[in-house]
Amino acid sequence: MNLDSNSPTTPENRIVAQITGFARFARAQRFNVGIEETLDSQRLAERIGITDRRALKLGLKTLLCASPADWERFDALFDNYWRRNQQRQSTQASIGGKAPRQDALAQSSRHGKDALFDVPDASALDAVGASVDNLSHGGASAQESTGRKNFDQISDAAELRRMEDLAERLAKRIRQRLLRRQRIDRRGERIDMRRTVRASLRYGGLPLALSFRRRRRQTPKLVILLDVSRSMSVYSYLFLRFARGILGAFKGADAFAFHTRLVHIGETMREPSRRKLREKMALISTGFDGGTRIDKSLEAFNHHYARNILGSRSVVIIVSDGYDTGEPDDLVTQLQRIRRRARRLIWLNPLLGQASYTPSTRCIMAALPLLDVFAPAHNLESLAALEQHLAGM
Amino acid sequence: MQAAIEQLRGRVAGTGYIADQALLTSLWLMHELNRPLLLEGDAGVGKTEVGKTLAEVFDRALIRLQCYEGLDVNTAVYEWNYQRQLLAIRRQEILHEDRLSEKDLFSDDYLLKRPLLQSISSAQSCVLLIDEIDRADEEFEAYLLEVLSDFQISIPELGTIRASSIPLVILTSNATRELSDALRRRCLYHYIDYPDYDKELRIVLARVPNIGNRLASQIVNFVQNLREQDLRKLPGVAETLDWASALLQLEMKTLGDNPDAVVATLGCLLKTREDQDALPPELVQRLVAKAS
Repeated sequence: MNLDSNSPTTPENRIVAQITGFARFARAQRFNVGIEETLDSQRLAERIGITDRRALKLGLKTLLCASPADWERFDALFDNYWRRNQQRQSTQASIGGKAPRQDALAQSSRHGKDALFDVPDASALDAVGASVDNLSHGGASAQESTGRKNFDQISDAAELRRMEDLAERLAKRIRQRLLRRQRIDRRGERIDMRRTVRASLRYGGLPLALSFRRRRRQTPKLVILLDVSRSMSVYSYLFLRFARGILGAFKGADAFAFHTRLVHIGETMREPSRRKLREKMALISTGFDGGTRIDKSLEAFNHHYARNILGSRSVVIIVSDGYDTGEPDDLVTQLQRIRRRARRLIWLNPLLGQASYTPSTRCIMAALPLLDVFAPAHNLESLAALEQHLAGM
Repeated sequence: MQAAIEQLRGRVAGTGYIADQALLTSLWLMHELNRPLLLEGDAGVGKTEVGKTLAEVFDRALIRLQCYEGLDVNTAVYEWNYQRQLLAIRRQEILHEDRLSEKDLFSDDYLLKRPLLQSISSAQSCVLLIDEIDRADEEFEAYLLEVLSDFQISIPELGTIRASSIPLVILTSNATRELSDALRRRCLYHYIDYPDYDKELRIVLARVPNIGNRLASQIVNFVQNLREQDLRKLPGVAETLDWASALLQLEMKTLGDNPDAVVATLGCLLKTREDQDALPPELVQRLVAKAS
């Protein structure tokens, strides 16, 4: 369907042009709109007629939206497009129906400027398309340079936002890969001969009551404790996004942030609406970027939450650079208490990726013997490597 | 098309479900385009109820598939009736009949139809309600996607079963897990938010008919204000209705009548200990005063 060759004179053509234009516009705004959706939109518009704007809006909304975030911003998008369209029609009536693509693109690059948790704009996403594909499909190929780039070397705000977006998706891939491992080594659901024969005694040896054996597929229960103090401020939001991804992908996962005290952020981060999430994050992030008391924060965790949250499948992940003002002995006590309740204790340190860094602070030295894993977290690749520590549980 | 939606509105209202224009449009469109409808929203906003209403409106059977972690083909699609097969074999052995072939054993007689297979093999088109799809595993989601686009199910021993009728499909999700993009694309989408004051009042009056306007409006006001509080689990419409019934049972005329009863019945609305702790009696009194 070539729009530009369409003459906009007949009403049918005008509807087609406008709807196709809107579909493109929506796609540029990261709505998941393909050819099929575009054709459905046109069928819809033919039934409703393009003049009944309200009905058209409701119809297209249910057709083109796919998530709460889409649902929230659709109305504004729709109004915006048709307002522009009207303006253009009045000014360009004589020029003819040009597709509103330019406008859409211009619009899209302006979109999502301020927001931490906003949807990245379309053009930026295209640029990293390759690495996104790598991440979301979990293929075997090596990742693009984005994956290896150190977090603290990112100076560009747009690039940082892209990283954050990828970090959130990464969590989903880790889960998929974990499940895939389990699927491959599982031998399928089989009849449990032993129990079946035992049960058949009741029926004179006829195996009427079959017993089955199935492998329970379980993913670890992840608990993330994020250091959001000043020394970590470069990474904070990135790890928060990663935590959000983990919370979305893993059932029973939970997250906490700490600086001088501990804040439970699990419920807040699950908020599906990005707007509300931003508001809530702003509320709880007072006190971020301050000093660190890891021991006190862990003590609060042990005292208030550990009993209810930790179990035999729990993996506790602490993300911190280990710069602490407290006593190493206190930290050791708290880590021991966590170890007693959890299956694994992992410490991710963003500094560990730097060649010059050796873990020398007293706290880290004291903590090291208690950790199952002490791993770097300085780029996306190192985050992806987390998977190997979660496998085989 | 407007006429069709108006007609739908009348029929939906007849069942006691209060739907707004947007939801009616979605329902009409799923009927027109023959596409599944994915409903998202917080717990208790009436997602499951939409499925039931739809079945009533179109006078079709409702087949419900409740999803959970570990849901598999055996519980969702079909299973062979092993016991019956074994009995048949045994019977043949004893009676020395030669009529039973292996093909007979894997025939319709020995097939247990689970919801998905039921819904596509019924003679009359039905409403298929797939509840809380986010609780099922990814594999099942992928399988479901295949069924929803082709409306056919392959059973290795029997061959492919094509749909004798296309069901109206409603999926609900509480967003405990991200659904796949493919499934989202396959479906129409509707997000059900908490109702505003007017809508919730109409729902209460429709569902708890004896409640009286005064108490109903106080209850709705109270709940609407309660949702503004910082709670872990916000009360849904179902909770409002429970509470309204509870207060009606206590023969209250207004909320101010009996402050103790209000506090005592808050368990209808707040279902975690943290939330109950977050609402001390003084705050409840303030909300009551605000509502009256």
